[in-house]
This record gives sequence, structure tokens and C-alpha cells, in this order.
Amino acid sequence: MHNAADLWLLMLACAAATYMWRGLGVLLSGRLNPQSAMFEWISCVAYALVAGLIARIIVAPSGLLSQTALTDRLLACAIAFVAYRVARRNMFVGMVCGLAFFMGAVYVRSAIL
Amino acid sequence: MAEAASPEHVLAFRTGISEALGVPAAVLGAGFIGYGSLAADAGYSVWLTLSATVAIWALPGQLVLLEMQAGEAAVAATVLAVSLSAARFLPMTLTLMPMLRAGSRSRRLWQFLLAAQVVSMTTWAVTMRRFNDMDAGVRWHYFLGFSMVCLGASVVFALIGQLLIGALPPLARFGLALLTPLYFFVTLVGEAQTRSAITALVCGAATALILHAIAPAWSLLGAGFIGGTAAWVLQRQHAQRR
Repeated sequence: MHNAADLWLLMLACAAATYMWRGLGVLLSGRLNPQSAMFEWISCVAYALVAGLIARIIVAPSGLLSQTALTDRLLACAIAFVAYRVARRNMFVGMVCGLAFFMGAVYVRSAIL
Repeated sequence: MAEAASPEHVLAFRTGISEALGVPAAVLGAGFIGYGSLAADAGYSVWLTLSATVAIWALPGQLVLLEMQAGEAAVAATVLAVSLSAARFLPMTLTLMPMLRAGSRSRRLWQFLLAAQVVSMTTWAVTMRRFNDMDAGVRWHYFLGFSMVCLGASVVFALIGQLLIGALPPLARFGLALLTPLYFFVTLVGEAQTRSAITALVCGAATALILHAIAPAWSLLGAGFIGGTAAWVLQRQHAQRR
């Protein structure tokens, strides 16, 4: 699929494309208003892209996760979120509950089948 | 070089280190341990995982890269999607740099350009809050201490994740692979307080899933452009009606 040199070049191109925003921020600071409509749009685009990424990884993953059941992944998300809220926004509790359920569900499925 | 390190600067540097060695390092660690295992699963070498963490230093972008590479997306589309996922750095550095500069007039431009590389969502959120009640002259040192720990912890945890995935039993490997997506899911849904954030979340997720069925290689870019613009338009219409 890819050789190692291609992977490195792609990674470095992505690093440069990420740094562009950081560098622009330094050069333009004091000259642009971060509350303008353009920044609202930029923030919406970035936010929607990351939301799309997570939705895609959970619903249609590649790699290891593609061997697990969709129901288990969705329930793990729901359980992690509820536990996080019940524990007053404690990320650790949310993660532990979600992952414990997920591994339990994967184990039960493999034991039955 | 800039002024010699005085006791106040050393103290601010240490304060930055100790304040990062807690919840910030642990939260980043959880995200990056999962990233390391996903990267190993995608065929990354240890060096590539570590270099990507230091060079890109934005977990969403690093995940976009892995995900689009697995889907064999075009190089230009991948770079564009990673870049868009990092667009939030522009408003972040725009607001952070004047606060850093205020007390460091003797510093050169290249030092600020270098400082911009170590900014992350976590460092930005914490330092913006802490800078308000801090002497402007010591902000730079606090920022350096805090950022170094965040970056260092993330590199170490990415390494642990990368090495663990091969050593763990299959069941734990599945758990590790879900760690980072789960972490982002809870963060995104849990912190979506504003109306525009919730709209962008729903629009982005829906667009990505619909496009995934039609043109998978373009689903993330589409989610950003179409979903993000839709959310922005809906938000503006709502704001005008009031």
C-alpha cells in the first residue's frame, strides 16, 4: 500500500499544513479579530471535521476495531458518556466504565461464538 | 539571548511543570496511549509515531492522517483534511501570543514561532486562564514548563501504546484501540455547550456517515466543509432571528 518513505513524507506534509495555522497566528496576532465571522466558520469546519472523524471511526472503523460489533462500540460510547456525567464530568470514570463494558462485550461474544 | 534566569523565572518554570504533571498530563496520556496503539495497528514504526506526535502535535489531525491513509485517500485530500482539523490553532495562537509577548519584549520572533509549535488545546486552555493572574514577565517560563511536560508525557504514552499493542492479549488490544475514539467522543459530546458547537457536531457526524457510503475517501473533508458550513449558516440564522 505505502512504503516507509511515502508515510514519512505524508506525515511531514501534514505537520507543515498544521504548522501553517500556528505560524499565521503568531504573525497576525494583534491584527485579526478572533471573534469575527470568518473565525466562527473556521471553528465550525474544524469541529464538524473532527466530529465526522469520530463518527466514522466508531461506526465504520478500519483495522482492529473493524473486528468488533457496531452495537458494542455504540453502547460503549453511551455508557462512557453517562458514567462521565454521573461522576460529575470525571473523564477517568467515563473511560473505565466504557472500556470495561466494551471488553466485556467483546469477550462474551467471542465466548458464545 | 533573553534576560538571565532569575529566581522568579525558575519558580514560574517549576510551577508550569508541576501544574502540568496532574490532570493535563493524564488526560493527554490517555489520548496518546490509544494513538500509539492505533498507529502501530496502521503499520507505523516507533520512530514515525514519535515524530508524528512531535511534528504534528495535534491528536485530531494525527487521527485524521491514520484514518485517511487506511482509506487510501488521495495525498492532497489527506493533507487538506489534516490542515482543516488544525484550523483552530489560528484563533488559539492569535489570542495567546499577545499575552506571551506582553512580558517578553526582548524575545525574538523565531522564539514565538517555536513556541507556537508546542501549543495544544490543553496548554492553550490552561495558560490563557493562568496568564490573567500572573506577572507578565514570568509567563514565558510558565508556558515552557507546562508545554514541555504535556509534549513529553504524550510522547512517552504514545510509545507505551505502540509497544503495548503487540504485547497485550487480544481482548486488551481491542480496548486500547477504542480508547482514543471513546475519549474524543466523551470530550466532544460532553463539552458541546454552545448551540453552534452542538450543531457543528451533529452536522459533521451526519455528513461523514452519509458520504462514507458514497465516497469514503472524501467523507472527512466533506464533513468539515459541508457539515461545518451548514452549522455555521444555521447558527447565524438563529443569531439574526433573536
